[in-house]
Amino acid sequence: MLHPGAWWVWALGLAAAASRTTNPLLLILILAVAGLVVTARKPDAPWARSFTVFLKLGLFVIAIRVVFQVILGTPIGDHVLVALPVVPLPTWLAAIRLGGDITMESIIFAVCDGLRLAVLIACVGAANSLASPTRLLKAMPPALYEAGVAVVVAMTFAPQLVTDVGRVKQARRLRGRPSTGIRGALGAAMPVFEGAMDRAVTLAAAMDSRGYGRTKYLPARVRHFTAALMLGGLVGVCIGLFSLLQTSDSPGGHQEVGEPFLIFGILAAALGMYLGGKRSIRSRYRPDPWAIPEWLVSLCGVAAGVGVIAAGRWEPLSLSMPISPLAWPALPLVALVGIVLAALPAILAPELPVSKSLQRQAPAPQLTEVAA
Amino acid sequence: MIRFENVSLTYPDTAGPTLSNVNLTITEGELAVLIGRTGSGKSTLLRAINGLVPHFTGGLLTGRVIVDGRDTRTHPPRELADVVGLVAQDPMSGFVTDTVEEELAYGMETLGVDPQAMRRRVEEALDLLGLADVRDRPLLSLSGGQRQRTAIGAVLTTNPAVLVLDEPTSALDPGAAEEVLAAIQRLVLDLGLTVLMAEHRLERVVQYADAIVVIEDGLVRSGTPAQMLAESPVVPPVVELGRQMGWSPLPLSVRDARRAGAPARAALAQTPLDSTAASHDSQTRPIGEVVAECDHLSIRYGGFVAIPDLSLTFRRGEIVALMGRNGAGKSSLLNSLVGLVKPRSGAVRVGADLADPWGMAGSHLITRVGLVPQEAGDLLYAQSVHDECVDADRQTSAPSGTARALLDSIAPGIDDQTHPRDLSEGQRLALVLAVVLTSSPPVILLDEPTRGLDYPGKKQFTKVLAKLADQGHCIVMATHDVELVASAAHRVVIIADGDLVADGPTSEVVVSSPMFAPQVSKVMRPFDVLTVAQAVQAMRSVAQG
Repeated sequence: MLHPGAWWVWALGLAAAASRTTNPLLLILILAVAGLVVTARKPDAPWARSFTVFLKLGLFVIAIRVVFQVILGTPIGDHVLVALPVVPLPTWLAAIRLGGDITMESIIFAVCDGLRLAVLIACVGAANSLASPTRLLKAMPPALYEAGVAVVVAMTFAPQLVTDVGRVKQARRLRGRPSTGIRGALGAAMPVFEGAMDRAVTLAAAMDSRGYGRTKYLPARVRHFTAALMLGGLVGVCIGLFSLLQTSDSPGGHQEVGEPFLIFGILAAALGMYLGGKRSIRSRYRPDPWAIPEWLVSLCGVAAGVGVIAAGRWEPLSLSMPISPLAWPALPLVALVGIVLAALPAILAPELPVSKSLQRQAPAPQLTEVAA
Repeated sequence: MIRFENVSLTYPDTAGPTLSNVNLTITEGELAVLIGRTGSGKSTLLRAINGLVPHFTGGLLTGRVIVDGRDTRTHPPRELADVVGLVAQDPMSGFVTDTVEEELAYGMETLGVDPQAMRRRVEEALDLLGLADVRDRPLLSLSGGQRQRTAIGAVLTTNPAVLVLDEPTSALDPGAAEEVLAAIQRLVLDLGLTVLMAEHRLERVVQYADAIVVIEDGLVRSGTPAQMLAESPVVPPVVELGRQMGWSPLPLSVRDARRAGAPARAALAQTPLDSTAASHDSQTRPIGEVVAECDHLSIRYGGFVAIPDLSLTFRRGEIVALMGRNGAGKSSLLNSLVGLVKPRSGAVRVGADLADPWGMAGSHLITRVGLVPQEAGDLLYAQSVHDECVDADRQTSAPSGTARALLDSIAPGIDDQTHPRDLSEGQRLALVLAVVLTSSPPVILLDEPTRGLDYPGKKQFTKVLAKLADQGHCIVMATHDVELVASAAHRVVIIADGDLVADGPTSEVVVSSPMFAPQVSKVMRPFDVLTVAQAVQAMRSVAQG
């Protein structure tokens, strides 16, 4: 199995590439690359089936974007498709325009813009279905581990809650009470929450008695310093990423402050995590190694990002869809090479081992308990 | 290894102390069994060993608890994790990760064990507990016995000196319980682990114990098994038999009892059989009309076939025990009888008019069939016993006071104002049973009714069942408890993978199976005797004659 971090680096590289362009050729290419790698290297696990969900979400985003453009957008260009009347609005709402002509240019602009977001979502979806969430948790830096456990435990509670609702509804039916509708739902809520609370307390007791939260002693000054570093670092990273990822032509772009913020943020967070990790005495069982395949996969992803950014430096116009006047988008060579490189993990990543005991055992879930 | 010095514990908002002035020493390498009635403070005592009581639960603890030289006063549970391994009653509720191997490693990770040692110990634990075949399976897909062994393995890998188990076999079928107990015995014999375990079904563990700790009203006594069982409030059937027959030394295992009973059996063999046959009335019982049946029933969940093809009928006045491994389809059958599961094919009919329960409105359903689920408390939601009874009356339009009268006939003297959560396990079962009976359904289904009951509780419960059957109710209970089946059921149905394996009178089905035979029948073999009372009666009759 590949280290889950490698898949995330790869996917974030692709996502960075997608965020910098509205060129539909490049975007569709990125989407194709993500889809190809997911189909080739997706493991057979419940969490791995989420890619299509993310794709559907992307389609939805494009649709919303187009609808907004039609209703509220200013028309671009002069190829009018449908002429709609403009709804008269009071003068204090002059900035907003409702209705009006729908032009080919504005529709294409909206589709490309929505596509950018959809592809970004698909990249996250690809990482999600390629890398196991629990394995990713194992690879977390020690300083973040305890927060990570809380997240994972919360995630396992959600399906349990659904089971509980079913059980309580059945119990209400056995007492001859309404089990559906609003009254049924209200009656079920209380016992379900009580049950969830009880389980949370039991689990906390079990984790405590198995040594969760054992720490080494560190002086209070060091601990406060660590917390400040981590927090400051994360804020820095956020500001830095936000400014860097804004395309140069978008309003309010402050690319020049992006890089120093990002570098400072990463340094501070890394130092904070290093210091925070000192408190933890935790060791790792069979850690996922970071070897040549991991380097290759993550570099392939980074290549896509670098390719698109480089194309933006040399020929900035090639990254956006020419709207007015309408024209066929350009295909910058650097970006093309970068994105194609990102498809290589489909062959480079090691094939998945097939679990022996899973193969032998027929999937017979313990459904009696769900039914009980 | 474990030392309690003048320990008293009082929880806030309770009248008296839960533990009072406990002095207890368990030496290294001992297997000690903690026995006591439900609600006597067993779990509190066990959880005080690793400091969960009072660090986690609150309450005022005086005195000292010292484990392997560490005082729980200064060491919270996480600082004792490398010394005490605590396995809770329901293993699933304590699992943190999602596969067997990761769960075994989790405790060591938090303790910072060196990765190479960690790898080695996981492999050892997999072998020791027979889990190697399921090492990368998700925990959710394991059977009950496998889960319990995983939970034991998960605390074992941290090399604790003390293993504390809270009713490790209470939810398991007899086969899975054997697996778990065998694993625990191996740990005691091979690794010299100190083990303290609470267990309701003493018949399974007493013969292996080095010491017995009896807890009664917060007071604790301990001693050798023979010594303590002579006066314990709860004893397994062989010991009860030995006590009543005045055998000395007191037999602890079937083997001991067979040897002690050899003369009596020889005398029985001389006399005609009618003296023993008299004890059984299942063949001669008057049995009423059919009130529940399934006809070529088949149940599936997705691709998983729970019941392929099953036909059964249940009649008024019968007490039927439904037995089989965990996941054999017992719950599916019960659920289909109350219309919670839709049959894939075939028919299910319940009630005096044999109606189909699927899709029936709740108010019609409860006049035909009542189900007491495994978590009996699921059916209760009012704030007091009184409210619960009033509610049951209103729901079924029964005259007011019906539910309360039923409750008094089952378990007299429960205070009206008690919150259902504060009732003991047996009282709660009685309340749920009373609520279900308020609509007087002809069919009553019980899913593992005796899970939290001790011997006196079970005895009382058996009497209630017999009375209900005499009143013409049909009772079907899914259970793993062979001793309960022997004393209560008229008919036993055994299913495996949803198929009918055996169906017949209790004495025939149960005696012929080594797994399901109760202790007394093993002692009295080849005679057809199931309960202590019958055995005593038979042996006394030959002694007098």
